[in-house]
Amino acid sequence: MNSSSGSVGTERTAIRTHEVRRHYTMGQSVIRAVDGVSLEIAAGEFVALLGSSGSGKSSLLNLLAGLDRPTSGGVIVQGRELSKLSREELAHYRLHVVGMVFQSFNLIGSMTVAENVELPLRFAEVERSRRDTLALEALERVGLRARHDHRPSELSGGEQQRAALARALINRPQILLADEPTGNLDSRTGTEIMNLIREFNQQLGMTVVMVTHERVLAEKYAQRMIFLADGKLVDEQIVASAAAPGLEGRQP
Amino acid sequence: MKLPDLTELALRNLRESVLRNSLTTIGISVGVASLVAMLSLGIGLQQLASRHLEKSGLFDTVIVTSRRDLRHNGREQNNSEPAPSESPTLDEAARAKMEHLPNVLEAYPDIRFITELRFEDKPHLTMVSALPESMKNNDAFEGMAGQFFTSTNADEAILQKSFAAELMGKDSKRGIDQYKAADFSSLLGKQITMRYAQRQAGAPVPETQDEKDVDELMDVPATAYSVVSREQKLTIVGIADLDPESMRGPTRGKVFLPLGLAESLHVMQPTDLRAIASSSSNQPTYSSISVRVKDPKQVESVENAIKKMGFNAFSILDATRSLRQFFAVLDLFLGIFGSLALAVASIGIVNTLVMAILERRREIGIMKAIGASDGDVRKLFFAEAGAMGILGGIAGVALGWTIGHVINFGTNIYLKRQALPPEHFWAVPWWLVGAAVAFAFVVSLVSGLYPAGRAARLDPVQALRYE
Ligand SMILES: Nc1ncnc2c1ncn2[C@@H]1O[C@H](COP(=O)(O)OP(=O)(O)OP(=O)(O)O)[C@@H](O)[C@H]1O
Ligand SMILES: [Mg+2]
Repeated sequence: MNSSSGSVGTERTAIRTHEVRRHYTMGQSVIRAVDGVSLEIAAGEFVALLGSSGSGKSSLLNLLAGLDRPTSGGVIVQGRELSKLSREELAHYRLHVVGMVFQSFNLIGSMTVAENVELPLRFAEVERSRRDTLALEALERVGLRARHDHRPSELSGGEQQRAALARALINRPQILLADEPTGNLDSRTGTEIMNLIREFNQQLGMTVVMVTHERVLAEKYAQRMIFLADGKLVDEQIVASAAAPGLEGRQP
Repeated sequence: MKLPDLTELALRNLRESVLRNSLTTIGISVGVASLVAMLSLGIGLQQLASRHLEKSGLFDTVIVTSRRDLRHNGREQNNSEPAPSESPTLDEAARAKMEHLPNVLEAYPDIRFITELRFEDKPHLTMVSALPESMKNNDAFEGMAGQFFTSTNADEAILQKSFAAELMGKDSKRGIDQYKAADFSSLLGKQITMRYAQRQAGAPVPETQDEKDVDELMDVPATAYSVVSREQKLTIVGIADLDPESMRGPTRGKVFLPLGLAESLHVMQPTDLRAIASSSSNQPTYSSISVRVKDPKQVESVENAIKKMGFNAFSILDATRSLRQFFAVLDLFLGIFGSLALAVASIGIVNTLVMAILERRREIGIMKAIGASDGDVRKLFFAEAGAMGILGGIAGVALGWTIGHVINFGTNIYLKRQALPPEHFWAVPWWLVGAAVAFAFVVSLVSGLYPAGRAARLDPVQALRYE
């Protein structure tokens, strides 16, 4: 794997938002899920998004993922203004630039683990033989190769999340967006997943934006914490204990 | 996404809710089956009708008559065509010319007359007609007893079953179909004597009456020929197993002679009166000529060529044109009724796919979140609709085919009880099989249009929130 390409350009901006807003109109009232957030995330950085429930973390992540369009303001990823992209281009962006991991795994129950993992490759129209090798390789990396023929329902929560991680990474995205990836897991399996994510961040130089409401987790793994409240950015903290990306490859 | 992937995913999704999708597919197949059954019936009936007509040997035949004979029908004639008096005579030269027209197999004169035949000293008045040697291969002589004429000049006769029955004193009124030609094979090799009137060229007598009177009086004018009574012995060589009631052109007679023999006898024919009266030469003229065409498709062009020569031409195509129109309308109606069931089935597809979207909302959201484009989702639903269409189409054709054969089988049992011959009125041509499957495919794609569009437009964030 290429382990150095991303980590060199730490100062390069991967994601920048400018006064981004996402308002939901529910009849008379307007819910300001994201309300004027401006932030900058460098390439290769590991950022944690923190905030209480309903503070707009998921809404912001969806905007970064190109799953949702902002009501106003801009999201610029690797120099591309997402709001200017067509639906087709956004799909391409989601397929190739970002990888998503969800709290609830979101694996497709009717497919085997391997099929779930290779699904993005089908959309990318990768040849079948190459797809199989890539999927097995990705499962190998998350330690699930032996279970590739199982259905998601036959796996434990931790295993399902590892499969979801393998799927998110199969197209080698530069950015990993994770929405509470350990939320449904006990602390031991949660640590397992977090170690994997850190591995990708440090070895592949992948930019990671992780939503969590566990401050402990954020302090342990992230380099920077961004605090949201009522859709607004309220605080930012550099985590002192965390090493600079790429410098520490050893796991605790 | 590529087609093999789409197909694979679509079939997998269909298997996931196998009961609902099977029911929908069965709905399509019932629709296709009803369409196939209806159209097969229409096509089968049409083929049955044309089979009966084709057997008559008239399908590839143009009957040519002289315009002079039809002078009294002048009002029906097109004014642009040559006036009857300028029309050429239907003689040997004209026959040879017709035989050399493109796509013509042969042109032979129709010789047909009513005369007396004596068998075992009993007279029988009947219609005699001449057959060219080419008739040997005609379907009309299928299942005959004995054999065809040994040569075109042989002193031989072939009898029709009903006339054979008459000769043997059997009651032919009560259903001749209960007899087989072979039942009369005892007649084969026996002699029969034909008495006939022979016309002979005589000294020309100055014509006193005008032509018009001749036509109207239908009288033998005291002119160019005399009539002599003759006898001819014939050996019975064959009994034809024909239905005497059906229209069969040259085979309409009850006793058949070889053409060469018939020509050499110079038998007086009813139409000779007018022909001779207006003819300036002593050359025999024909009342009508049958022109056989290589292929029924070329009948029309040959017919037109003959009309250009100045003769009247008639073919069974003219008579069947309205019949074919009738079948076209019948097929259309049967097709519409058949399609109605398919239309109902297509609503089933819409329903199933809309249900599937509701059920698989989350799955669609996941696919979009990991990079599926609107087009990918749309194509996936189209593929599911199309797969149901093709599967339903194939099952439907099989079902329709089975239904048709069961009905045909049942009808034939009924026909057998009524002592009628079995009929094959059911036909599923290959093009119908292909067209029915293709039609089911297209109908299901059209039905998938709305659900696929709806699935494609689904907002991924909303879809993922849906539990
Ligand atoms: N599709 C929507 N329609 C209406 N309101 C919405 C929608 N999505 C989110 N919201 C509202 O926006 C606000 C922010 O929601 P969001 O899911 O971003 O919060 P969150 O920080 O992820 O919370 P949690 O930690 O519980 O996941 C909430 O008040 C929520 O009710
Ligand atoms: Mg959330």
